[in-house]
Amino acid sequence: MNVPVPDPSADDAILNVDGISVWLAGREVLHDVRFRIMPGEFTGLIGSNGAGKTTLFRVILGLQTSSTGSVLVGGRPLTHRNPIIGYVPQKVFFDPDMPLRARDVVGLGLDGHRLGIPLDWGRRRQAVDAMLDAVDARRFADARVGNLSGGEQQRVLIAHALISRPRLLLLDEPLANLDIGAEGEVVALLARIARGQRIAVFISAHDVNPLLPVMDRLVYVAAGKTASGTTAEVIRAEVLSALYGQHVDVLRVHGRILVVAGAEGPPGVTFEETDGVAAGPGVVSL
Amino acid sequence: MNQVLRALFAPGFFASDPVHAALVVGAVVALVTGAVGVFTVIRGQAFAGHALGEVGSAGGSAAFLGGANPLWGFMGVAIVAAGLIELLGLHRPRARDVATGLVLGAGLGLAALFLYLDATSSSTTGVAVTILFGSLFAVSQQMLPSIVALSAVSLVVLAVCYRMLLLSSLSSDLAAARGVPVRALGIAYLVIMAVAVSLAAETIGAILATALVVGPPATALRLTKRPGGALVVAGLIGVAAVWLGIVLAYDSYYWPPAGHGWPVSFFVVALVFLFYLAAGAVTGMTQARRSRRSERAPRRTASGCAEHPGDAA
Amino acid sequence: MFSGFMVNTWIAATLVAVIAGVVGFFVVLRGAAFVAHAIPHGAFGGAAGAVLIGVNPLAGLGVFAVGGALGIGWLGRRGRHDVATALALVLMLGLGALFLSFSVEYAAAIYSLLFGEVLGVPSDELLPIAGLGVACIAALAVLYRPLMLTSIAPEVAEARGVRAQRIETGFLLVVALAATMTVPVVGVLLMFSLMIGPAATAGSLTRSPRNAIALSVLIALATVWLALAVSYLTNLPVGFFVGTLGAVWYGGARIWTARRRGRTASG
Repeated sequence: MNVPVPDPSADDAILNVDGISVWLAGREVLHDVRFRIMPGEFTGLIGSNGAGKTTLFRVILGLQTSSTGSVLVGGRPLTHRNPIIGYVPQKVFFDPDMPLRARDVVGLGLDGHRLGIPLDWGRRRQAVDAMLDAVDARRFADARVGNLSGGEQQRVLIAHALISRPRLLLLDEPLANLDIGAEGEVVALLARIARGQRIAVFISAHDVNPLLPVMDRLVYVAAGKTASGTTAEVIRAEVLSALYGQHVDVLRVHGRILVVAGAEGPPGVTFEETDGVAAGPGVVSL
Repeated sequence: MNQVLRALFAPGFFASDPVHAALVVGAVVALVTGAVGVFTVIRGQAFAGHALGEVGSAGGSAAFLGGANPLWGFMGVAIVAAGLIELLGLHRPRARDVATGLVLGAGLGLAALFLYLDATSSSTTGVAVTILFGSLFAVSQQMLPSIVALSAVSLVVLAVCYRMLLLSSLSSDLAAARGVPVRALGIAYLVIMAVAVSLAAETIGAILATALVVGPPATALRLTKRPGGALVVAGLIGVAAVWLGIVLAYDSYYWPPAGHGWPVSFFVVALVFLFYLAAGAVTGMTQARRSRRSERAPRRTASGCAEHPGDAA
Repeated sequence: MFSGFMVNTWIAATLVAVIAGVVGFFVVLRGAAFVAHAIPHGAFGGAAGAVLIGVNPLAGLGVFAVGGALGIGWLGRRGRHDVATALALVLMLGLGALFLSFSVEYAAAIYSLLFGEVLGVPSDELLPIAGLGVACIAALAVLYRPLMLTSIAPEVAEARGVRAQRIETGFLLVVALAATMTVPVVGVLLMFSLMIGPAATAGSLTRSPRNAIALSVLIALATVWLALAVSYLTNLPVGFFVGTLGAVWYGGARIWTARRRGRTASG
C-alpha cells in the first residue's frame, strides 16, 4: 500500500521504481514496490534485517532481475552499469597487509572500471584531493586503508562513490557498525552532500532515528511490501500495521520514534509526548 | 555371472595379497581423509592440506635417507609445518594464504636440499617417485597395523572434538564466545590433517593425497547439507574411488602399454574428480528445477485472483 | 661465476625475477597463492605428456598451464575456489604420473621441472623468454584498474559493471603465461617462491601499489641473485636458498612493522 504522493513533475525523478516484485529461492521477497526519489532528496530505506533492503538495492543496480515492474534511473531504463549511481556497500574488508592508501581507493572510484593504467596523474590527484577534502578524510589520505577505523573507511568508500559524480548515491546500512558519534558524523556528511551537490541520497537502515533530522522522505519495507512518503505520513500505526499484517504501535517521545509490534487487540495507536497539546488527528496525547 | 566377474576383475585379483592389503589400507585411509577433509573444505584450508602433503615429502625423503620409515618422517615434518602455518597465519585470509605459501616454498626448498644430498650418495629419483606418487600396491604388510591404529586415533579425536570443531569452523567468533579454545583447536585440527595427509601420502603419494582430503568431502558437501551426513558420505565416496581405482589399476596390466599397468594414484584422482563433477551436475539440475518451479508460482493480481503465467501461453 | 653459459643463467634469472615480482604483487593481493602454485605445478603433467608424444615439453607445459587456468576458473565459478584449485591440480598431476609411467626413457629431466634448478639456458631461448615476459607485463597493465578494483572491493566493482569473471580469467591466463615462460628455466618451486615472498614483503613495507610493485621486483631480484651466487659457491640447490630467503624476508618485514607499530603506540 502506498500513501498518495502529490507530485506533478514525476518525470524529473532520479529514481522511479514501479511495481517491482522479486522471487528468490521460492519466496516472494519483494512485492509490488513503488516509490520515487527526486534529485537532491535524502531518502531512507527503513526495515529490519532480511526485509529485502539489499535485494531492492541490487534490483536498482541492475544486479538482480525482478519478475514484474520497471525501474527508471534518470528517466532511462536500467542497464548493466549505470554511471549516475554511486554505490557504497555494507561492509568491505580491507586487509591491513594490502599496500593501498585511502587515496588509492578513492582514485579507483574515478576510473576503476576502465582498462589500462591511470595516466593523467596530475588531474587525477587533484580530483582525489578535492574529494577527500569534501568528506573530511584528507588527514588520513596517505594512510594504509586497512589500518583505518570503521568510520574512516566509510568516508573513503563514500569518497570513492562520489568522485565519479553520481546523481544518486546508494548506501547499504552504512550506520550498522558505527558508534553513536561516528553515526552522527556520517549522517551530517551525507546531508551536506545531498543539499550542497544536489545528489539524491538513498540510505538503508534498520533504525530510523539517526536519520530523522535530515530525511526528506522514507520508504518503509516490511514483509516484502513498502510504504513511502514523509515520516509523518508513513510512521503511523495504521500504515505499519497494514504493512506488517499485525498489530503495531508507534511511540514518539521527544522526537524519537519507536515501532513496537506484537500486542493483541485492535489496530495500534500512535502515542506522542506533546506536553499537553494535541499533535493531530488520531493521535492520543499523554 | 562368472563371465561378468572375469571381465571386471582381471585374473588373480581376489587371490592377490598385495591387493588385499591395498583394499584394506585404501579403505581405512579413505575413511579418515574423508572425515578430516570435510572440515578442511568447510574451513577453506585445501591449500594448507596440499602444502602439508608436499612439505611432508621433504620429511619423508629425509627419513628414508636416514634409514627410517618415511611415514614417521613425513608425519613429523607435516606436523611442524602445520604448527608454523597456524602460528604465522594470524587470522586473516590473506595472511593465511601467504603463510601457507611461504611454508610450502621453504619446505620444498628443504626437500630439494635433501634430494640433492642424497643424489650425491646414491640414485634418488626412485625415492622421489615413491614418496611423491606412491603406490598402494607397494604398501608393506608391516605398516598395516600402524596405519590402522593412526587412522583410528584420528577418528576418535575428531569424534571427541566434533561439535567444538564444527562450531569454530563455521564461526570462530561464535565459538570463542562460547568458550571454545579456537586457537588450540585450530592447531589440533591441523595436526590431525597432517596425520591424515601423511597416511594418504603413504598410499597414493604426497602429491595426490590432496585429492582424497579435498575431493570426496567437497562432493559430499554438494550432496548433503548435514555435516554429520557429509562425514559419512565423504568416507563412502573415498572408499568407492579407492577400491574402483585398485580394480582398474589391477586390470590395466592388460591394457596398453602391456605388462606395465597404469598407476593406481591416477585412477583414484580421476575418479575423485569425476565424482565431484557428477555431484555438481546433479545439484545443478535439481536447483534448476527448483527455480523453474518458483517462477511458475502463482502471482496475485489486484483483484486477488491467483493466475498462472503459463495460462495465457 | 660470470663466465660462459652462466651469463645466460644470470640473464634468465633476472627476467624471471622481474616477472615474478610483478605478477606476484597481484597474486598476493588477491590471495591467490594456491592458484599461483597450482598452475605451474600442474603444468608439469603437460610436459610429461609432451615428452611422451615426442613434442617440445614447453608446448605441453603451455597447454596444461592454460588448460589448468581455464579449468580452475570454470570450476571456481561453480564451487569453492580452493577446492577447484586443488582438484584441478591433482588431476593434472595425476595425468602427469600416468604419462610418466608410459614413458620408457628415464624422466630425470621432467623431475628437474619439479624441484628444478636454474639449468644452463641456451642463448636462443632468452629472447622468447623476454618476449613472453613483456607480454605478461603488458597484459597486467591492460587489466590493471579493473583487476585492482575487483581485488579490493568486489561488490563495488560488480555495481560499476565490471565483469569479475572475465577479469579473473584474464588474470589466471597471465599466471599461466608466466608459468610457461619461467618453469622450464627455474622450475616450479622457484617460480612460486619468487611470486609470494617478495610481493608479500613489499606489501608489508610500503603503502602504495606503485611502490609495492617496484619493491617486489627489487626484492625478487635480490633473492635470485643472492641465491644464484650462494648456490654457485656451495653447490647446493638454488631452490633451497630461494625458498628460505622468501620466508626470511617476509618474517623480517613482519617483525620490523610490528616493532614500528609498537613504538608509535607507546611513543
